[in-house]
Amino acid sequence: MGELIELTGLKDGEPTSCVAVFGDHTDFESVPVDRRVMVIGAGITGITSAIDLGNAGYQVMLVDRLPSVGGRMLQLSETFPTLDCAQCTLTPRTVESGQHPNVLLKTSCEIEDLKGEPGDFTVRVRQKITYVDWNKCTGCGTCIQKCPSKSIALFERDAGRMTAIYTLSPQAVPNKPVIDADRCRYLTKGKCGVCAKVCPVDAINYEQQESFFEAQVGAIIVATGFDIYDWKNKMPEYGGGKIPDVIDGLTMERYLSASGPTAGAIVRPSDGKIVKEIVFIQCVGSRNPEFHKSYCSRVCCMYTAKHARLYKHKVHDGQVYIFYIDIRSTGKGYEQFIQQSVSEEEIVYLRGRAAKLYQDGDKVMVQGADTLTGKKIEVAADMVVLAAAMVPNEGARELAAILGLECNKDGFFKEDNYKLSPVETGRQGIYLAGCCQGIKDIADSAAQGSAAASKALVFLSSVRRQKQEAV
Amino acid sequence: MKYPYFPGCTLYTKAKKLDDAGRECSLKLGFELDELKDWTCCGATFPLVNDQHITMSGPTRILADTKEQGNDKLVALCSVCYNVLKRTNHVMLNDEERRAKVTDFIERDYHGEVEVLHYLQVLRDEIGFDALKEKVVKPLAGLKVACYYGCLLLRPVKEIGLDVMENPTIFEDFIRALGGEPVEFPYKIECCGAFQAVHSMDTATRCSRDILNSAKDSGADLVITTCPLCQFNLDDRQPEIQKSDPGFSSIPILYFTQLLALALDLSAEELGFERNLIDPLPLLREKGIVS
Repeated sequence: MGELIELTGLKDGEPTSCVAVFGDHTDFESVPVDRRVMVIGAGITGITSAIDLGNAGYQVMLVDRLPSVGGRMLQLSETFPTLDCAQCTLTPRTVESGQHPNVLLKTSCEIEDLKGEPGDFTVRVRQKITYVDWNKCTGCGTCIQKCPSKSIALFERDAGRMTAIYTLSPQAVPNKPVIDADRCRYLTKGKCGVCAKVCPVDAINYEQQESFFEAQVGAIIVATGFDIYDWKNKMPEYGGGKIPDVIDGLTMERYLSASGPTAGAIVRPSDGKIVKEIVFIQCVGSRNPEFHKSYCSRVCCMYTAKHARLYKHKVHDGQVYIFYIDIRSTGKGYEQFIQQSVSEEEIVYLRGRAAKLYQDGDKVMVQGADTLTGKKIEVAADMVVLAAAMVPNEGARELAAILGLECNKDGFFKEDNYKLSPVETGRQGIYLAGCCQGIKDIADSAAQGSAAASKALVFLSSVRRQKQEAV
Repeated sequence: MKYPYFPGCTLYTKAKKLDDAGRECSLKLGFELDELKDWTCCGATFPLVNDQHITMSGPTRILADTKEQGNDKLVALCSVCYNVLKRTNHVMLNDEERRAKVTDFIERDYHGEVEVLHYLQVLRDEIGFDALKEKVVKPLAGLKVACYYGCLLLRPVKEIGLDVMENPTIFEDFIRALGGEPVEFPYKIECCGAFQAVHSMDTATRCSRDILNSAKDSGADLVITTCPLCQFNLDDRQPEIQKSDPGFSSIPILYFTQLLALALDLSAEELGFERNLIDPLPLLREKGIVS
């Protein structure tokens, strides 16, 4: 009773540099199962939960299917309403999660199965093939520098190319590369092998097999985040992905990001020219119950205003038009941000939905209406940015089935009670946080991350108390 | 194979060539359009107000007749008739209250049993574009065709469902089957001005001008349509467009059945091209489609 769980911290002689050593500095199984939590999804939400739980002295296994932690926020440029750099605010957290004595990172992993009961779950996890032996890899990055295969990569969202062996960012945690089998020359054509040749520690393993492991945990937090609505296949009126200079908001983040593929230059995907006339369209696929998603994606009004401002900061003589239905800026300092965008940055807000986009020469024609003046509007734009709806991340329904959770019709996980127990689920011991429960911004996501952590703590303490009472 | 057929008023008068060519071609393709007995006007516009039932009595009576004459399908050629009949049938199938009101009033027993088909749909789904391709005698090689859909053939998509509303392809697939070359143009589903031609000729002229310019910019030799009203606006507005824009060069507007007839080697003399304001014959001769 009352025993203090020892923080199984860094062992003597272990490196404490910012090169994150993961996994081997924790001692996940040293504590009883009711002191262990699994967090699924290592975005800002999951990281927040994991660090909170770790600080409370619990052992956390932080699982993500991507090779490193950070999630969507890692793709963002600057964040509203303060315009601070997403990576500058996120990186200390990702590094902390990687170095935390009580957080065990399990990246490139997916959940396969769940057994057991609240307080004593057994989760079967699939470790995906990375083709790199991370125990040997020192994260020197030579393989990435020498890789000859550069192509469009998911992380850069069509805005830029990545090598086939890659880390998601220069500050990746863990800073270990993986090989994308679909883009690797050796794995697709059998010729190349450059990374294996240049690796000083012989860490490349083209023969690697996927493996499985089981983790016993007392509670689970689900924080699997969001994806962008498939507008390319579902919205032919906006070019159906066939007009190169029509991109979505997340792609715009990559363009705006100083560490992005264009180093922050706003250039047209088609010809690399600086964008002089840009149109933003809000509510693309959101608030459209007849054909697309009926819900409001909540963050688009703010990030579109942010995009517009960041664009104006980079292209001073650029002209910005924003098509909107109405402006939803309900967070702290949000409305002021919008007001400032209109008054100081000369951004033109047009109230109406754009009806159609088409290519005309090297311009993208935007047909729309200004419903305040009742006039039909046509803009010849260099680039169009669609604030496309946010949807639950791919695989959310499958994960729900594994965990025994419910999803709503749009695929968001169902909480126990939206108002009074928003992070609890129908299943004891399993909690929700962040965009997988419903669309929210970074501030709300982090708040829910902490809320879910505290709910997990409350539950596990009660499990422990019951055990003690039984004794 | 016989399909019950609803021609509609315009196809007996101004759009006779749409009808003639459609009937002739069907025989060549191995099916017959069997004209519905005692048909009346479809109503020409679908009632958009929920409590407006009287305008649905006409099309409902047509559908009930079709059923009573022993049919479960009804083919239309005109976009307007197709739209009105299809949407009325949608109400008959999905809105019990309105259905009961209309059928009680006209004293008929009808519950949406008839499937309303457009002629293009028969070609695509019943004959098949591959089979059509094999029946083509004179492929429209080298002919660049702007396939103009207009509104009524496609919208509202949940009631019509003929094709994807924002980027339909049925018409392009049809032209490819005939050996022609469809051109992609951004105004293919824009409104032609429709009935605006009655009270605001300028609006209709502007709509037509934008569509035609878009088609020509994409390299089209001619424009095809399924709709008598679209054909009228696009064809008839051209002299007016030329007045305000002397650089505007005219472009022929044909019904899709006329092009189908040419590909099936029916005589051009019987296709009523003399009714076209912009004569397509010089172009068709130049392309070697008509001698």
